[in-house]
Amino acid sequence: MISRRSLLHCIPACTVAALGPAIPTTFAANKDLRSHALPDLPVVTHEGKRVRFYSDLIEGKIVLINFMYSTCKGICPGMTTNLKDVYRALGDRVGRDVFMYSITLQPEKDTAERLRSYVKARGIGDGWYFLTGEAFDLDQIRKRLGFYDPNPEVDEDRTQHTGMLRVGNDARQRWTMCPALAEPSAIVRSVSWM
Amino acid sequence: MEPLKENCPEQAPIANKSLRISRREMLKTAAVGASIAAIGTLPVRSASARTFVSPPTRPFVEPLPVYAPKAPVALSSLVPAPAKLPVAGECSRTAHQAWDTCAPVKFYELDVRENQHSFHRDLPTSRIWGYDGIYPGPTFHARYGESVCVRVRNNLPKNHVGPGIPQISLHLHNLHTPSESDGNPLDFFDSGTFRDLHYPNEYAGLNVAPGGDPREALGTLWYHDHRFDFTAANVYHGLAGFYLLYDTLDSGSETDPTPGALRLPSGRYDVPLLFQDKSFQNTGALYYDLFNTDGFLGDKHVVNGKIQPYFQVARRKYRFRMLNGGPARFYQFALSSGFPMTVVGVDGNLLPAPVEVKDVMIVPAERMDVIIDFSRYKIGQSVFLNNILEQTDGRGPKGILKKPQNIMRFDVVSDAADPSVVPKALRPLPPINLNEVVKNRTFDLGRSNGSWVINGELYEPNVFAAEIKANTAEIWTLRNSSGGWHHPMHIHFEEGRILSRNGAAPRPLEVGRKDVYNIGPNEEVKVFLRFRDFVGRYVMHCHNLSHEDHAMMINWRINP
Repeated sequence: MISRRSLLHCIPACTVAALGPAIPTTFAANKDLRSHALPDLPVVTHEGKRVRFYSDLIEGKIVLINFMYSTCKGICPGMTTNLKDVYRALGDRVGRDVFMYSITLQPEKDTAERLRSYVKARGIGDGWYFLTGEAFDLDQIRKRLGFYDPNPEVDEDRTQHTGMLRVGNDARQRWTMCPALAEPSAIVRSVSWM
Repeated sequence: MEPLKENCPEQAPIANKSLRISRREMLKTAAVGASIAAIGTLPVRSASARTFVSPPTRPFVEPLPVYAPKAPVALSSLVPAPAKLPVAGECSRTAHQAWDTCAPVKFYELDVRENQHSFHRDLPTSRIWGYDGIYPGPTFHARYGESVCVRVRNNLPKNHVGPGIPQISLHLHNLHTPSESDGNPLDFFDSGTFRDLHYPNEYAGLNVAPGGDPREALGTLWYHDHRFDFTAANVYHGLAGFYLLYDTLDSGSETDPTPGALRLPSGRYDVPLLFQDKSFQNTGALYYDLFNTDGFLGDKHVVNGKIQPYFQVARRKYRFRMLNGGPARFYQFALSSGFPMTVVGVDGNLLPAPVEVKDVMIVPAERMDVIIDFSRYKIGQSVFLNNILEQTDGRGPKGILKKPQNIMRFDVVSDAADPSVVPKALRPLPPINLNEVVKNRTFDLGRSNGSWVINGELYEPNVFAAEIKANTAEIWTLRNSSGGWHHPMHIHFEEGRILSRNGAAPRPLEVGRKDVYNIGPNEEVKVFLRFRDFVGRYVMHCHNLSHEDHAMMINWRINP
């Protein structure tokens, strides 16, 4: 078997490129750019608790994030049903190291109280939070997470932001996106890659 | 449908501390309006459109790196020896289809690992992922008729923190490769394991003639990572390199006495150029925005691993193999002198005849083989390679820049003999026989619920959008209805021919064989494609890597 040592030996022979002067530097975790500075704005959970988006909900966690609104007739009901299957499949990881967040696109109607009844009606348990807050703050969070359209008219249409699911692990700075209606097993697999 | 198989799956990492939100934390009310987490030097224009400003770097102080060819290894050094079926320790794959008919005669080992790289002397070094630990990866020189096997070892750090995932699938873009060695996005494997890839280096058309049709030769290929969902970050952090392929026509010798040899500039005058745009933090670390779904644009232009390098040239002809390695920027290159350049190849394939241009656009993943003749200049003169295309976001180019950007500088420093020639006729094109067409398919490139879709669908690993009979031809119509985005679509496997663009004849640089088809807003392109010699699964996807990673891809399959 070839040792790693001998593999390393082959490298200088593979290149004639001269490296520039070595400048000593450290590559310790760069806290500044952790998760690329997700906004730490205040949001309110369906339980009525005020929390900060980044430091309370994202930092150090594996998360699944989607956007919805309770009166959405399009793909939202199917999406919530699909995510419920994901929630079940993730089992007791949800609420331990994995957290699910569904953020309303209609905070003026989706009060914490209303989201609470939405959660209750669907039998959703711990570890999956439905979030509301100030419209401006939620908009900042939405856009920063990549749920936006560069055309302002299209961006106004909230149905445009309901199809995808962000999956990420803040500790590893590893993020991906998958269709919110993907097979639950595919979404669980994405979580496993985090 | 065959289920998605994981290759040597690693254990799912689980954070070791319980992270339930405590009551105390819940009550820790954020009494802030528009407070943003500490973000260092990030100027924020708006939540979605952010400009990242890298530290300043002086232009034209770094010489352009150019590699010697990667050295093969003895078969005896590969233990266990590669074989048709996976060997001990190799990740699962199906049998090499062409192993018996095209047994490899050259062997390579590629060590994929993390390393430090200096992009510029004004910056601290950067952590990169490199094939053999270098960026760009080593340059392979291969020849038609010499079958190659590459053992790819994934030695990336298992506990990596940062954009990218330490699982890899090496795609050789766009060799006529059996499916199991194509580097399919789903064929990724873990750190600590390896896979043997088999490159027959035979022309397409083996079904008709032994050795295939020399008119199907490929010349300027590149290899890059293709791990599904994470391709953009893996490629951005360094996983890209060149694979040059020669034959009797394009022999790699400008003094070749063989009748018919083209004698294009060769050796030290045949220079691959990998263009990628990147951004850097003050620490030297590469900055990449995983949340930008339009496509990430860097503010530093990197050529062969150096920011705005210079290259000392002699007063003679050079062949530059220009590759736009993405992730999302479109380039349009012109010389500051205003002199023309001569395009001899597009997407790695020699054109039937050279085309003289004032400027040349290269979309993500496209290649342009360009001859620049420096005998027009005096010793001591410099000429810039400029980008004249304006692009302010990942959607695509906006127009021509008022002030061109200097990407690199050529310094004319010496005289040199120039036995090279640029013949009036290069490589003939194979005929397009529409009688071979058994199926027409239309792929609508759309936008739905905030993402890009192909025929209304997001990528599903287990779904095949097209089942194709081997050794047939089809016409694929690619139509962009997504709004303001450009989609440089890449179809794996065989080179295609553009039959029409928006109902009109293909553009002058699109008359040859291609594998990247840029479909601008509301454009429609018809492509003639053949599916010969090998079977198995392949993909078509947008080569704006952010779009690709956000599920703008389809599987298709060639069946016996």
